[in-house]
Amino acid sequence: MELDNIEKLLEKYFDATTTVAEEKTLQAYFSQESVATHLEQYRPMFNYFSNAKEERYTKQVPLKPRRNYYKWISVAAVAVLTFGIYFGNEYQERKQAEYAYNETKKAFELLADNFGKGTEKVAYLQEFEVAKQKIYNNN
Amino acid sequence: MKQAEFLNVVMPFKDKLFRLAKRLLVSREEAEDATQEILLKLWSKNEAMEDYKNVEAFAMTMTKNFCLDRLKSKQASNLKLVHSNYEDEKTSLQRQLETEDSIAWMERIMEELPEQQKMVLQLRDVEQYDFEEICELLDMKPTAVRVALSRARKMVRQELIKKHSYGIG
Repeated sequence: MELDNIEKLLEKYFDATTTVAEEKTLQAYFSQESVATHLEQYRPMFNYFSNAKEERYTKQVPLKPRRNYYKWISVAAVAVLTFGIYFGNEYQERKQAEYAYNETKKAFELLADNFGKGTEKVAYLQEFEVAKQKIYNNN
Repeated sequence: MKQAEFLNVVMPFKDKLFRLAKRLLVSREEAEDATQEILLKLWSKNEAMEDYKNVEAFAMTMTKNFCLDRLKSKQASNLKLVHSNYEDEKTSLQRQLETEDSIAWMERIMEELPEQQKMVLQLRDVEQYDFEEICELLDMKPTAVRVALSRARKMVRQELIKKHSYGIG
């Protein structure tokens, strides 16, 4: 490769008007053992670029076969729902029973109250008895 | 798409994704994580993948966006990217290995470039994409790509000449 051509290509290269093929020519030139001394300063650049292309991604990517998560999520949701309904019902029933118990208790209390009033009145009968005894004793 | 088919599609360009990610994120670990993330994302939508005209271009764009987002969030949280890819200057000076040295400089010069120029340079000079492909990947106009590329190359040259005339190494 004549030096002239390389110099021209370099000029174009820095104006970013070279084609990929021309840039490959430049890279090939600079990868040689001997490069014209006044062009030596560009050598690291081209060497670096061809060097950088050698870098490889070596890590393994853990590609899991995609499982159908939705299926399992729906199964779990159904289970939760069933439990919810079951225990919810039970809770509701217990609440109702408690309410009924309280109402009955109230009713009994009312009844007991009224009975109490009844016995109070019956207590007056005692006065009658006392009076009766007095009369007997006087006789 | 079966796993084997997917791997066949992805294998040829997974290194390109990794190199682009590494160019932007600098740290090897970060780039590996990013690449893995992208490949898993691709895998998760592999049914739609058959509809894409160009899976490679699509994946490259994903990588670019992912890494730029990553950089943005790093900056926001004030975290510095931790990396130890390039050789310590002292040890390589001691070793006097000229090629390794110059690669380390180049690495550092490339790191100093703005992100857009990094990407253009990576896609063109390392991966040797056509201009049309770069326009598509980076969502830029052809003239903008040319300007960015020319600027990036000239910047690298300027830095190299600086080093060269100092005669380091």
